Amino acid sequence: MTSRSDLPRWVDIGLIPALNLVIAFMMAALVVLLIGENPFKALSILLGQPLFSLQGWCNILYYATNFIFTGLCVAVAFHAGLFNIGGEGQAYVAGLGAATPGLFVGAALAAFLPNALSQPLTLLICLLCSFMIGGLWGLFPGYLQAKRGSHIVITTIMLNFIAASLMQYMINRVYRPLGMQAVESRAVNDAYILNLREIGRAFGAKLPSTPLTPVIFIALIAAFAVWYLLWRSKLGYEIRTVGANPEAAIYAGISPPRIIMITMMISGGLAGLLAFHEVLGTQHRLVLEYVQGAGFVGIAVALMGRSHPFGIVLAALLFGLLTEGGTQLSFEIQSISKDLIVVIQGLVVLFMGALEQAFHPWLQRYFRQEG
Amino acid sequence: MTPAIELINIDKRFGAVHANNNVSLSIAAGSIHGIIGENGAGKSTLMSILFGFYRADKGEIKVRGQVAHIRSSTDAIAVGIGMVHQHFMLVEPFTVLENIILGAEGGRLIGPALDKARAALKKLAQEYQLDVDPDAIVGELPVGLQQRVEILKALYKGADVLILDEPTGVLTPDEADHLFRILKQLRDQGKTVLLITHKLREIMAITDRVSVMRRGEMVADFETAKTNVGELAEAMVGRRVLLRVEKTKATPGEVVLDVRGLTWRDKKNIPRVDDVSFTVRKGEIVGIAGVSGNGQSELLDVITGIARATSGQVLFKGEDVGAIDSAAILRAKGMAHVPEDRQHRGLITSFSAAESAILGYQRNDKLGKGFRLNYDAVVNQTRKQMEEFDVRPADPLLKSAKFSGGNQQKIILAREIGSNPDLLIVGQPTRGVDIGAIEFIHRRLIELRDQGKAILLVSVELDEIRSLSDRILVMFAGRMMGERPPSADEREIGLLMAGVAREAA
Repeated sequence: MTSRSDLPRWVDIGLIPALNLVIAFMMAALVVLLIGENPFKALSILLGQPLFSLQGWCNILYYATNFIFTGLCVAVAFHAGLFNIGGEGQAYVAGLGAATPGLFVGAALAAFLPNALSQPLTLLICLLCSFMIGGLWGLFPGYLQAKRGSHIVITTIMLNFIAASLMQYMINRVYRPLGMQAVESRAVNDAYILNLREIGRAFGAKLPSTPLTPVIFIALIAAFAVWYLLWRSKLGYEIRTVGANPEAAIYAGISPPRIIMITMMISGGLAGLLAFHEVLGTQHRLVLEYVQGAGFVGIAVALMGRSHPFGIVLAALLFGLLTEGGTQLSFEIQSISKDLIVVIQGLVVLFMGALEQAFHPWLQRYFRQEG
Repeated sequence: MTPAIELINIDKRFGAVHANNNVSLSIAAGSIHGIIGENGAGKSTLMSILFGFYRADKGEIKVRGQVAHIRSSTDAIAVGIGMVHQHFMLVEPFTVLENIILGAEGGRLIGPALDKARAALKKLAQEYQLDVDPDAIVGELPVGLQQRVEILKALYKGADVLILDEPTGVLTPDEADHLFRILKQLRDQGKTVLLITHKLREIMAITDRVSVMRRGEMVADFETAKTNVGELAEAMVGRRVLLRVEKTKATPGEVVLDVRGLTWRDKKNIPRVDDVSFTVRKGEIVGIAGVSGNGQSELLDVITGIARATSGQVLFKGEDVGAIDSAAILRAKGMAHVPEDRQHRGLITSFSAAESAILGYQRNDKLGKGFRLNYDAVVNQTRKQMEEFDVRPADPLLKSAKFSGGNQQKIILAREIGSNPDLLIVGQPTRGVDIGAIEFIHRRLIELRDQGKAILLVSVELDEIRSLSDRILVMFAGRMMGERPPSADEREIGLLMAGVAREAA
């Protein structure tokens, strides 16, 4: 999403998100007050617990890994003028891409390669397949938008439901071993991403229990890659042109339908990387509903991060903090559920998306003399 | 007799655009009054003020001698003004009857209103010979009938004054003739008709008086019987200070662009470009003159690969490129294009100047190999082009929107000329451009011609066409009316622009 304002840049990318966040917090404080709890106490738990412990920080980074992927997914589509709400479904279906090579190809590779070689190779295949399956699930609504004019918001929402049903079926009927009670696949042992605690143990260090894995680095690389794609590549230029002005794109000889399809494939692929992280790094098997709303959080992250990869990394950290803090909060104060965080997220989306322009005239008046 | 409508010193600005500059107009009751002017002359703004869509910054409206405060279309209807919009305001899935009562339902139940409307419609149909099946679904009616429903809608609400905004734009010639008969009928029954158009022929055919608008001002007022198309065309296009451009005689070389029998029909199957043929040679500027909206834009779209021809051929350097509908392929073959609409096509206002300066050339190898776009190369190239074309401020990183019209145009021109094309197609090169930049742009175009490039120029500024072109083609209603040398009499070209054929001229 390109900025439409004449405001100084720091206001646009710094002050407005901060203002929106503060107001979202204030509204959330009101909710806490209505429940009958002390909002200041709630805030101190929400921020304090995660920020002042190593485990807290590790968990923030773990959540942020997922949010970076889904945030990038939404942002890439934004730049082509598309509102991809299907990150949730794309990340879910991509689980097939993450698990399948690990379950079948991994064993075959392990048969004639040493473990130190077969594991990374299998993981690489899993990574690519996660991206591709997620990408295909994104390409589908992209195709419908480009060729049939079906609105991407509608189709991606509907495909989220289809993804949920499809995965339920696949896991229950195809991936669940016979006789197993739990609805999940067998463990993926041939493509196993170690978490920080397990890595530490290998080196003899005792680290806190956390699902954080080195996939956070893949997320950061993905953020850089998205920046490079959008601002340093010919394809990215064409994506932004289609998003900014489709008529000018046609004048320039760029085919908007083609760009829409490519963009949606990349967008879905980025969401698919969440599956790589969750299925192989956290769950180590294909389970039901492992995305847990991260696809939707990605919308808030992208809005908050102004659709710029750097902003998205920061926003992902923020939402990581909120998620971790929310969990702590629900432990400490019984009457507040984890859903308060969803309320805050919702408010952020409301202020960043629907009410983005709310402070605009006011800020514009204030900063006019500077401009 | 009191005039039906009087507009007194109406003034309206949209930001920097002075859409109506102190406009006054008086319309006699029981007449058909035409308002003519080019696209963007301010006709529609004026009518929107009269109908309550906009409010004038200054000025007064009188209806039948009484000052009227028209703040909304409801107010306008209340004083007996009805409007038939260029793009119909009809609910397509509704029946004719349902559309007619829209906004005049008069109660919670729809039944009584429908019955009343049915009776009224029958009466109106008899009075004005406006037959329409009241139960037909509007969306299924042909365009001419849909328009009739719009007229009926206005009459049903008690309109004494009927404004029609470009009513024939969507009609076939037959339908248009029928409309004119209806309008005359309405006048004879005592209604007042205001006809907004940019088509001279319609004005001559049915109006009693005609007012001419140009650049937001009311520049002339004629009794239709005492004027002629030549005079009207002149008033419309205006005589600007002729900008003299120093140039030598052209030395045309081989044919670069050869257009043969080119036709393009829009979605409604109306030919917007109709059997057009011409050539452009190396080392010459061929200008296409015409009042805007006569198919020039569509012609450019078809030649440059934005739209695909319905029939006919476009030969570029001997190769038939008529079927190519990708501007990128044509650019690669050496056809550059400065589009008519700078803001919506020529550049991307939210991009930096440097990013706008590669639009259409982003795949060029000079700007990076393969996948990569070399940002430094883009900025450096833009900086060089900015210097060469004296773009101010010469800041490649400044947002495109922040440049003035003239400097935006220079950025585009630098980009298109910089690609070293064999053919340069230029649409409205100096629209909304200040005098200094106009001179500069004209000089560059002549230079390019002298380097042996072929240039096809489309402009609604007759002076510009005359001072730059080596040959002038005149386009009217999608057709080429004829070719004239630039030395030809302005009146003669004006007549061709008005669609008066050679024999009559």
